[in-house]
Amino acid sequence: MALATNQTERTAATTESVVVRYVLTGFALVFLTLFLFVPLVSVFWEALAKGWDLYLAALTDPEAVNAIKLTLITALIAVPLNLVFGVAAAWAIARFEFRGKALLTTLIDLPFSISPVVAGLIYVLLFGAQGWLGPWLAEHDIKIIFAIPGIVLATVFVTFPFVARELIPLMQAQGADEEQAALVLGASGWQTFWRVTLPNIKWGLLYGVILCNARAMGEFGAVSVVSGHIRGQTNTVPLHVEILYNEYNFIGAFACASLLAGLALVTLALKTFVEWRATQQHKGDAVPLEARARLASAH
Amino acid sequence: MSIDIRNVRKTFGDFIALENINLDIASGELLALLGPSGCGKTTLLRIIAGLETPDSGQILFHGEDATDRHVSERQVGFVFQHYALFRHMTVFDNVAFGLSVRPRRSRPSKEEIRERVMKLLKLVQLDWLADAYPAQLSGGQRQRIALARSLAVEPRVLLLDEPFGALDAKVRKDLRRWLRRLHDEMHITSVFVTHDQEEALEVSDRVVVMNHGRIEQAGRPDEIYETPATPFVTQFLGDVNLFHGRVDAGQVAIGDYAHPIADPSATDGAAKVYVRPHDIELSREPGAALASGTIEHIHAVGPIVRVELKRDDSDTYIDAALTKEQYQSLRLMLGDQVYIRPRKVAVFVDEGAHI
Repeated sequence: MALATNQTERTAATTESVVVRYVLTGFALVFLTLFLFVPLVSVFWEALAKGWDLYLAALTDPEAVNAIKLTLITALIAVPLNLVFGVAAAWAIARFEFRGKALLTTLIDLPFSISPVVAGLIYVLLFGAQGWLGPWLAEHDIKIIFAIPGIVLATVFVTFPFVARELIPLMQAQGADEEQAALVLGASGWQTFWRVTLPNIKWGLLYGVILCNARAMGEFGAVSVVSGHIRGQTNTVPLHVEILYNEYNFIGAFACASLLAGLALVTLALKTFVEWRATQQHKGDAVPLEARARLASAH
Repeated sequence: MSIDIRNVRKTFGDFIALENINLDIASGELLALLGPSGCGKTTLLRIIAGLETPDSGQILFHGEDATDRHVSERQVGFVFQHYALFRHMTVFDNVAFGLSVRPRRSRPSKEEIRERVMKLLKLVQLDWLADAYPAQLSGGQRQRIALARSLAVEPRVLLLDEPFGALDAKVRKDLRRWLRRLHDEMHITSVFVTHDQEEALEVSDRVVVMNHGRIEQAGRPDEIYETPATPFVTQFLGDVNLFHGRVDAGQVAIGDYAHPIADPSATDGAAKVYVRPHDIELSREPGAALASGTIEHIHAVGPIVRVELKRDDSDTYIDAALTKEQYQSLRLMLGDQVYIRPRKVAVFVDEGAHI
């Protein structure tokens, strides 16, 4: 789990020799530089190769603006939806015993385990012109595939696991004691959720939302299948980057790509901050670790 | 308020947690549910609170059926084993929680809440910690805050799940005396769960010993200790030596030895004889003894001298606890052969032996 950072001090007896340490660290650093740092710098380098003016012009191009807007709209719909779904699913799995719980847990992971292209195709099969619901949708003049609803649906599907995955282990570890205490003290279910459950999971929740948002804005595969690539209408930023690149418009492609790279950097910074806050909260937990483990296994 | 538990049964899958429990708890009583882990005591407490639903049976509060009443409407105070304090709230907000979630028409004003919370914090002697967070408190302090929080809503019943289980021995002793005093002042019907017989016997008005989802015995602490009703209760309440013998014409016989028993109703047959270490007298004379043994170990630190003997007629060991005076007057030495004479026995005739 992402929140469980190892805090134990290492003693001399468990530490490798200096040579081994430097070799391993050096290897990791070279790898990171080659495969992460150099490409990241090159994105900004290429984007700004012909100067600020062209960079800004590429970003304010109407099609680019439209792609940015569409990406924001998609994230604005997909993230809150998955926030609600994720909390509900995590709540159900962490707090209740019911038939099909294992199945539900597996289903939550499904979007992680199948290719995004397949995820997109599922929606084409369902809602496309030749799909199961296609004729009915056409009759009622509802457009899903090659339109914004399709893009949103595909994004919701792909980003579904982030919030739930983050919350389930956290809620299982915290146990239901505090919620039960609130109920015994006369709180309603709603009051218990807002005043006890939510404050306890807020950092984990925020962490999930940040990851969910990053993926929602950056998703390519699934969206590509359902979008139809209609310029100025159904192109999100990642799709727009691909089109510009294929047209040898490197400044435009890298300028838009730099937005996504910037988003990644902001996400990383936020993620680190939230992780740090969550461990602070974790350390201060009232229930000792072994007790929580017992509680988790009892539920 | 009185609590009546009628024919309560609860299963978890194939596991029978409670089997046909009947128990009346008098108003103002401090009752201990005592038993080993898995005996169903916590389940019973949670059913009284409404945190679990019984498969069948009823819970009556003051004669009124409360079985289907939701936990938030039962007006019980519940102290969790691991305190379950709200970790993101201050001590003050924790204690104020029950009052602040009340619907607006029955909710006291901010000043009233403040006053009541501070009064409770004074009662548990922790008013100086009002602005602290649970993580900053010690175990004993958390436990007292948990208690203050449950008392804030003026519960009709106070339920405590292993209230001192997670504390170290010294704090535990202080806290249980303190709980007893608190109960004597407030006279609120209280039930607490424990697996520690000393705790149950010391604190409560009445002890209910449970095992395998059943009530083995219920009674005053001295009653339970002096006249245990079953072999389980005898063994659970403290160290005990077991002798296998036969009851025959008002005597219990083991090998060549015979000891008269007071209970005239005991039927003849194979029997288990229990003797507590401090009820054993060691003697150089064979009269009224149960067995003879050889002294293998003497532990003479403190006011009580513990003597470990190996029985001469079998390979079992017997523990005896003597006072320093008895020990000195007998001039016991390692390797001495002595007679084991009980002052007090608990005899249970094997029921299966008759069939």
